[in-house]
Amino acid sequence: MVNPVVWDIGYLVSAALFILGIKKLSSPKTAPQGNRLGAYGMLLAVLVTMAKMQNEGIIGIELIAGGLAVGTIIGVWMATRVEMTGMPELVALFNGFGGGASALVGLSEVLDRMASVDGIPTESVDLYATWITIGLSVLIGCLTLTGSLMAMGKLKGGFYIPLTKKDDRGRSKWVNFPTWGPPWLNFVKGGLLVASFVLIWLTIQNPENKDFVYALVGVACLLGIVFVLPIGGADMPVVVSLLNSMSGIAAAFTGFVIGNNVLIIAGSMVGAAGLILTFIMCKAMNRTLTAVLFKSFGGGGKETVTRTKVGSDPEEVAMVCDGISKCVIIPGYGMAVSQAQHAVKEFADLLEAQDVEVSYGIHPVAGRMPGHMNVLLAEANVPYEQLIEMDEINSELPECDVALVIGANDTVNPVARSGEGPLGGMPIIDADKARVVVIIKRSLSVGYAGVDNDLFFENKTMMLFGDGKKMMNELNAAFKDL
Amino acid sequence: MIDEVTLVASITVFILAIFLGFELISKVPPTLHTPLMSGANAISGITIVGALFLSNTEFNAGHPGLAAWLAFAALVMATINVVGGFMVTNRMLEMIAGKKNRKRGD
Repeated sequence: MVNPVVWDIGYLVSAALFILGIKKLSSPKTAPQGNRLGAYGMLLAVLVTMAKMQNEGIIGIELIAGGLAVGTIIGVWMATRVEMTGMPELVALFNGFGGGASALVGLSEVLDRMASVDGIPTESVDLYATWITIGLSVLIGCLTLTGSLMAMGKLKGGFYIPLTKKDDRGRSKWVNFPTWGPPWLNFVKGGLLVASFVLIWLTIQNPENKDFVYALVGVACLLGIVFVLPIGGADMPVVVSLLNSMSGIAAAFTGFVIGNNVLIIAGSMVGAAGLILTFIMCKAMNRTLTAVLFKSFGGGGKETVTRTKVGSDPEEVAMVCDGISKCVIIPGYGMAVSQAQHAVKEFADLLEAQDVEVSYGIHPVAGRMPGHMNVLLAEANVPYEQLIEMDEINSELPECDVALVIGANDTVNPVARSGEGPLGGMPIIDADKARVVVIIKRSLSVGYAGVDNDLFFENKTMMLFGDGKKMMNELNAAFKDL
Repeated sequence: MIDEVTLVASITVFILAIFLGFELISKVPPTLHTPLMSGANAISGITIVGALFLSNTEFNAGHPGLAAWLAFAALVMATINVVGGFMVTNRMLEMIAGKKNRKRGD
């Protein structure tokens, strides 16, 4: 037998690697190294666990290896296949899996203990501690799972129903993901939360009764759904971040259940770090976490646009852009969807060849997740120094000749300044302060928050209607022909 | 078995790690918010250790019942979370750092 201390030291090293990993992930230069350290820490934890099990006698090795192999193949497949636009959804999905795994571990443990006579703790401390931590890991884990799946669906906006009649473009029927939340839904959420705690208490009172455990799973899953159901619009990333924090906490409680420190350390650290990140994001949107969670945002009653605006053509825009001295490009989710980042970079190169000062104004919640635009533009080799944060770019916009808004809507909507409506109070990029505003967008329709945008109808605004990438390419071609 | 001593020790570790987490990421540039979220998410897949232990004990215990298959499902999910999470984070960070492997001429 190997001295059990060896395993504990292995786990300690792995926990230290996680701490270093997260620390390094928060600085641009060391971030890739930080991610690698985290991965090494995880590999070490798995190897130590396998060695420990080997030492204690392992029988189900085929199944364990099979489980690891299946998970690895699916994980690799998903991670390599995903487009950069789909990144936020994938993070939400992985997060749901993490939470689900914690819940299943808790559930498996409790069923196992109930199956054997001496499995159920008798001593009061043991009973309370075991059943409460199992209950909490099941509760938070299930909530994270269903909540993350909801968040994923909402980030996608909807889904195709498989096997339905295809339309003329060969697509199945598309349904939008619902955002629905009357004020009384908050009481339902509160009620479900109380019900979960009551169920945990009931499992302590009746440690042999499996029904309460199953009921807890059901209530927790339902809670995750109604928790995310009313939240929509630009608040989605905040919710994903909060759910990320919760999956960490679920893992920490799993650590209590199986008595393993590395789970407690890694889980609670992620929980705390995720919470901080959630607050940072809320601050960027000028909203409080309570407002995000309990006052439904956008998506509900979408305004219908009745006004019209004559679109411009790329040649006109190219002429306007000729001979300017300063241009600010403001990207949004539309750029991500049409994969226009390379065309945008080409346009910037053309301008720079004429000594135009080009910079990019990045709204903190542009796209569907903070940093989403940065990732995409970095992919197109845009220098890091040209990506300017909102506050800084707003002071430069009054001196800017052309503001090129590509696929963004809510983040440049001046109505936010009025402090009313779903966008009220959200800080925006002051694109309307520029001398000329060029907006590339498919239509005049409302953005993610469901609010009409006055900027589109201003006299100094030129609308280029069409797919972001196509319009950018046409604009580039027109600019070269000048 | 959780007795008083282990419980208090576990809670101590729990609380201290929470404070550590708060201190670790107080300053992060917005560019790194998404990779950080994704990387932290991969680390929360540490629950894979729990899934491994449980799969082992459950499949050891004679004929596998519901608990065993739940543990197996947990193992698969946790592995997806861990492997996919670290890989996706790595992809994002490579793009931010501008180090692209475009050697194959695409």
